[in-house]
Amino acid sequence: MSQEHFDALIEADERIEPDDWMPDDYRNTLVRQIAQHAHSEIIGMQPEGEWITRAPSLRRKAILTAKVQDEAGHGLYLYGAAESLGTPRAELLDRLHAKTQKYSSIFNYPTPEWADVGAIGWLVDGAAIMNQVPLCRCSYGPYGRAMVRICKEESFHQRQGYQIMLSLSQGTPEQHAMAQRALDRWWWPSIMMFGPPDADSPNTGRSMAWGIKRFTNDELRQNFVDATVPQAELLGLTPPDDALVWNAERGHYDFGEPDWDEFARMVRGEGEIPDLRIGVRRAAHDDGDWVRAAAAAYADKQAARSAA
Amino acid sequence: MSTVFPQWEVFVRARRGLDHQHAGSVHAPDGETALRAARDLFTRRQEGVSLWVVPSTEIVASDPADVDALFGPAADKAYRFPTNYDLPPDVDHM
Ligand SMILES: [Fe+2]
Ligand SMILES: [Fe+2]
Repeated sequence: MSQEHFDALIEADERIEPDDWMPDDYRNTLVRQIAQHAHSEIIGMQPEGEWITRAPSLRRKAILTAKVQDEAGHGLYLYGAAESLGTPRAELLDRLHAKTQKYSSIFNYPTPEWADVGAIGWLVDGAAIMNQVPLCRCSYGPYGRAMVRICKEESFHQRQGYQIMLSLSQGTPEQHAMAQRALDRWWWPSIMMFGPPDADSPNTGRSMAWGIKRFTNDELRQNFVDATVPQAELLGLTPPDDALVWNAERGHYDFGEPDWDEFARMVRGEGEIPDLRIGVRRAAHDDGDWVRAAAAAYADKQAARSAA
Repeated sequence: MSTVFPQWEVFVRARRGLDHQHAGSVHAPDGETALRAARDLFTRRQEGVSLWVVPSTEIVASDPADVDALFGPAADKAYRFPTNYDLPPDVDHM
């Protein structure tokens, strides 16, 4: 196996599998991207998980529990894909806890009201789906296959979120106002989930040449706006963007410029929430240590008995 | 300190009558716990009726470098395929 063989596989839009030779840059890029994706899934359990005990009905509680459990599973699928590249899962978690690897900054926004759970499902999971569907065709086989499983589960996440928004927007004036506040909070962060503008995204070209990325940040962002604006109209809610207008000539919505300075601050991890998220994550890991130690001791004892 | 569990490959039979198919992997201290983890991770929506877990280290795999030696020789043996045989139209459904 060699660079030529790798190039030929990529050229033919074939998949790269774990045992194949691959350039170090390709491997490192994937480990970083898949690990960051996995970290985002498990950290993403927190802002919504905070609402499980306060969900307004038993039905909503069951739905939210199932969704948050799915996100844990997404993390596990992705850690599995990342470690097929030779980096053990425990090491990836250590890097998350030490903050040397990032997770999506969308999970560093607070969720002060119940409507935020609806807005997250609708917009944040919606944007995630827009990002993830093309990743099902990623050139690295295990990542693509993990994404297929994830995408099958994501549709429920977005639909349940939209349904929360629908109930609130059609409810009392107070509920409608709460839904609008959640849209106001989550609209721009969701738009920024697609990453910086193409002109400021130096690695996009290389990732596209490798078949890791299939669309640019700006293409995906436009798709998201086009899909989401009519959904907001149906809710009777207004995205907080005065520049938002249908452009018949382009066949797309025009929209305003996100606050990229805020984006940069969020990516740098400013504010109190990043420490909170990592603190909760570390505590869960550390508090579970005795359980893992006990399970390992039990397994050793059973193995020793059956060997005797 | 952190306890690291071994890795297990998970195979799911989606329905009776189908083969078990590779679904992914889990980490667990023993087979029984791996089965429970696999059940929680891969079959929350009736994706399966049976699970296998196998220690990942027990899988013996062919070497990608041997692809040509192993699978190349099958490429020039068209006579192993039914379409290789032109028959008169009256019996061509054979
Ligand atoms: Fe997810
Ligand atoms: Fe989700």
